[in-house]
Parts: sequence; structure tokens; C-alpha cells
Amino acid sequence: MNHDSYPDAYIRHILVHHRIIAMVGASANPSRPSYYAMKYLKQKGFRVIPVNPGQEGKEILGEKVYASLGDIREPIDIVDIFRASDSALPITEEAIKIGARVVWMQLGVRNDEAAKLAEEAGLKVVMNRCPKIEYGRLSGELGWAGVNSRRISTKRPVLDRKGVQHRLLREDAD
Amino acid sequence: MTTERKPGFNTLAIHAGAQPDPATGARATPIYQTTSFVFDDVEHAAALFNLEVFGNIYSRIMNPTQAVLEERIAALEGGTAGLAVASGHAAQALVFHVLLDPGDEFIAARQLYGGSINQFTHSFKKFDWHVRWADTTDAASFRAALTPKTKAIFIESIANPGGIITDIAAISAVAKEAGVPLIVDNTLATPYLTRPIEHGADIIVHSLTKFLGGHGNSIGGAIVDCGTFDWLKSKRYPTMSSPSPSYHGITFAETFGNFAFAIAARVFSLRDLGPAISPFNAFLILTGIETLPLRMQRHCDNTLAVAKWLSKHPKVAWVNYAGLPGNEFRALAERYCPKGAGAVFTFGLKGGYEAGIALVSNVKLFSHLANIGDTKSLIIHPASTTHRQLTDEQRTRAGAGAEVVRLSVGLEDVDDIIADLDQALAAV
Ligand SMILES: Cc1ncc(COP(=O)(O)O)c(C=O)c1O
Repeated sequence: MNHDSYPDAYIRHILVHHRIIAMVGASANPSRPSYYAMKYLKQKGFRVIPVNPGQEGKEILGEKVYASLGDIREPIDIVDIFRASDSALPITEEAIKIGARVVWMQLGVRNDEAAKLAEEAGLKVVMNRCPKIEYGRLSGELGWAGVNSRRISTKRPVLDRKGVQHRLLREDAD
Repeated sequence: MTTERKPGFNTLAIHAGAQPDPATGARATPIYQTTSFVFDDVEHAAALFNLEVFGNIYSRIMNPTQAVLEERIAALEGGTAGLAVASGHAAQALVFHVLLDPGDEFIAARQLYGGSINQFTHSFKKFDWHVRWADTTDAASFRAALTPKTKAIFIESIANPGGIITDIAAISAVAKEAGVPLIVDNTLATPYLTRPIEHGADIIVHSLTKFLGGHGNSIGGAIVDCGTFDWLKSKRYPTMSSPSPSYHGITFAETFGNFAFAIAARVFSLRDLGPAISPFNAFLILTGIETLPLRMQRHCDNTLAVAKWLSKHPKVAWVNYAGLPGNEFRALAERYCPKGAGAVFTFGLKGGYEAGIALVSNVKLFSHLANIGDTKSLIIHPASTTHRQLTDEQRTRAGAGAEVVRLSVGLEDVDDIIADLDQALAAV
């Protein structure tokens, strides 16, 4: 995978077909980007499990916080890394060990060595992107904020049951 | 994984940002003529106000018709996000409101639209924002004007009214050395002729009133975030890189990544200063943009023919159109806008001030008014109108001396345009 520019279909496929996210570096502080992302992704129907040793045993947005990926006793689809780029390698090694399908590094986080390792183990990798922003971009919601989605579509957007202000991502939508 | 096709400029001008309406299936972008949008419930309202979810609240801040326009312009410029506002001047004021604090300075080219010179010199002083002038034809003059207080550099890609083509890359190099964003007013060129982002712009502003709207029916402005400036690294722009007290401590640059400037301009500066574009104007401008590539090419082709004709006229002292062979900006025009040097240029009359007044009084097809970028051909004598408030020296430096006439060449038959100038010059 070319990690400088991902095809929309690649990102869309990941977000449509994976529903359980372990968020490493999830913050309990409501003004931090990870808190924002977690709240949004939960609203879009993802299950988000926070991982943060400093918050172990507490709850963030109603979800129990784990100290490490290895402590989680259920299958994880996406490991979302909200940590500095050099921490991404050990986290990726753990992600491979627990059988995750995707390693996703946040906006500003990139570790090519970790990406290579994950891809060799058959995982998909996304770096330097935010799943909240990507979901909003591809569903059309971010367009309301004037963001260039870099896509064009002649189909009607897919609406959530909640109404016009909520859009859904679907594989066949464009 | 297949590589995806990137749509071309014509396709983007028609499709970018627009989808059939989710509620009705309407194919044209609807005019959402409403002040406000209902919340689903109290929780949804709170999440919207906290910027936790994307969505519409109130049309001073955002509106779905306006949003299509914003994404369309961002796509045509190749930026990360856009913001549409009430006018070109509003766009400029909002950009500086994000960037500057009281006591800060910025450098601007002195070859600018006269209204911008006024805004920077007089209105901005009331906010304790201070402009220092440089010469757009000399990148070193920008370097010489830098001080520790400099927070930005502002230029026009094609300067109004002088027909000057700016060496954007050379001035961008100065901005990069100084670690300040380069703001480019791309009104006269439009992204059809030049895309400042490709030459090092960080922020683009537009008066949509001109060629983008293109039909002389709506005032509007836009800001494009190029996504190129690293606000977190710089730390000199507290609105971008410090926790925002009016949004419970979120930091824009951290939360919104490479489109954070556009978000800050919207949810902070537009929210609080208030120059929102009306949904109806957004719709008209959007419709105009669909034909931008066709119109702009015809504008340029007609202009070149008119400039060539004028340059042979015995009552004309000089013609300053960068598309003309031998013009001092021809080489820059070939580099920055090879499809054409725009549709606005000036020429000098041998008869001076009086001749200028006589010409604008005798035209029949041209309209005598203070706008540019209409389907109709427009004429003005800057010294007696738009540049009246400036000093003689400022006028000359802005390319608007006593003998100068400015044309904005329209889309009429070029023979009719030339015939009108011919009969009016006969009366000079
Ligand atoms: C180059 C340029 N920038 C900005 C403006 C200001 O735009 P508006 O009149 O939409 O406020 C103008 C208007 O003439 C212009 O020509």
C-alpha cells in the first residue's frame, strides 16, 4: 500500500466492514481529539474500547478502560493508535498478536517500520489519518463544514434512521 | 487496489461538493433559505455546539447551500477546505482575524485592489493590526519589510488594476523563510488560470463577486485553506495552536488537522464577526462556477484581441496587458497563467485625466461601473472613482494614475466590443 495517498475505496472498505475499535491512547479529557473521535465513532455504531494504562479500570464514555491491548478479552477489528509515532511499533506488534485486522495510526502518527510489519502479517494499515474525519469525509457530513472530500458523486447520500443530519457510510453509496 | 481517477477541472466545476438532495432527490443544489436547523434532541444540540459532530445549526455559521459552494471552490483550488462569506473584503477580514492579535504586523503588496489598500490602511488600524507595504514585482522588498512582529504576507496573483502577474513562488520563499503563511488573493486569475497552491500559497482568498460568480449579480467571498501551514510547529498563532476558551479548551490545529484554519475562520471568526453569505447568493455563485472554464477562456481570448487592437490606436499611450507580446510580465504570465492573462487590464490615454473622463462618458456597450468579472464589458477611470481616496503617490504605485483606464472585457462578440471602444475613442 502506498501510505502517502490511500484510495477512497480502501478507507471506505475498512470503515464499512470493521466495527470493533481498540483506541490506544484514548483520553478521558473531553477537549482532546481522541475523546472527540471516540464519541463520534460510537454514534456511528462502532464499538470503541479505550486503552490507557493511566485510566485502567475507569470508564470513558461508558466504556471500561484497559491497560493494554492484551487485557481485552474479545476480538478486535481495528487498533487505532493515538500515540507518538515511535510508540506505534510495540503497539503494532501487540495488535498482530491479538489478531486485529487493521492498524490505524492517527493524524500526525506515522511509522513505516510498524506498517511493514503489520502488512507482512496480513493486516491492513492506515497512517496519518483520523477515522472520524475519514468517516465524515466519505459520508458527506464533513462537506457541511466546507471540507474538500476529493470525491464526486451523483447518488443521493445515505441517511441514518436518525434523519438528515446523520449520514451513513456504505460500500455501494458512490 | 486500483488507482482512482482524478476528475478534471471542468468536471469539478460542475460536480465538486454537490450531490442530489438527500431529502427530495433534487438534482440542482437547493437553496436552503432558512436561518436555523432543528436539533434531533438535547444531546444532538450539545454535540453540535461542542463541534463533536458535523452538522448545521444556524446559517450565520453554516448552511447546506453555502457548503456546496465552499467545497466546490476548495476542490477547484486544490485546497483542504473552503469557507464562503458575505464578500471578498469579509474574507480578508476573517483571515486576518484568525492570524493577528493587537500589535501584530503583516506585509502586503502595494499593488492591490484599492479597496484592500483602504481596508488594510485604515480599518485594520482600529484593531491595532498594522500593514507594511512591499513591491509585488520585487520579492526582496518583502524580505526587507519583515520584522519580528510580521505574521503574514498578502499578495494578489494578478494585481487589480495593473495587469501585473505576481511571482508567487518567489514571495512564497520569503514567507517560508520567515515562517509565516502566504495569503494569495486569486480573484482576478481564478483557479482556472492559476492555482496559487501549486506555487506555495498557504491561504487563498476570493472575491466571488467577480469571475467565479461571473454574472454581476451577487456579492460573495471565500477563504481556501491550503492545508500547508504547520500551526502547531509555529506556535505564533494562538487562535490555531492554543486551547480555545470559547470552545471549552479544544485546540483547532490538533482537532482538525490540515483543514483547521478553515474551521477556525468559521466557528470563531465568522461566528463572532458575522459576515455570512446568503444562501441565495451562494446558489447564484455556484451556478456561475459551473461554466467558469468556458467563460474564463472566452474572457481571456476577447481581452487579448481588445488589448492588441488598443495597442495600435493613436490616442492610446500604452497598454498594460501581460498577454501582449513584449509586455514586461509576459514571461511570468506564461509561467503562472499560460491559458490567458485574465480579463482585466489598464491602458493609458495620451489625453490624461480629461481623456479618461471623456472615454467613460462616450462608451455605449461598455458599462461605466466599479466592478470587474461580469459577462458584460465594464469600464472605469480609477483616478476619479475606485482609487479616489488614495494619495497621488499611492495611486501611481497602485497603477491607477490620472491617464489610466481599466477594462474588464466581457463575453459579447469581440467585434462589438472593439467597435464600441473605436467610436468612444473618436470622441476623446
Ligand atoms: C482583487 C480583489 N480583491 C478583493 C475585492 C473585494 O471584494 P468584494 O467587493 O467582494 O468585497 C475586489 C473587489 O473589487 C478585488 O478586485
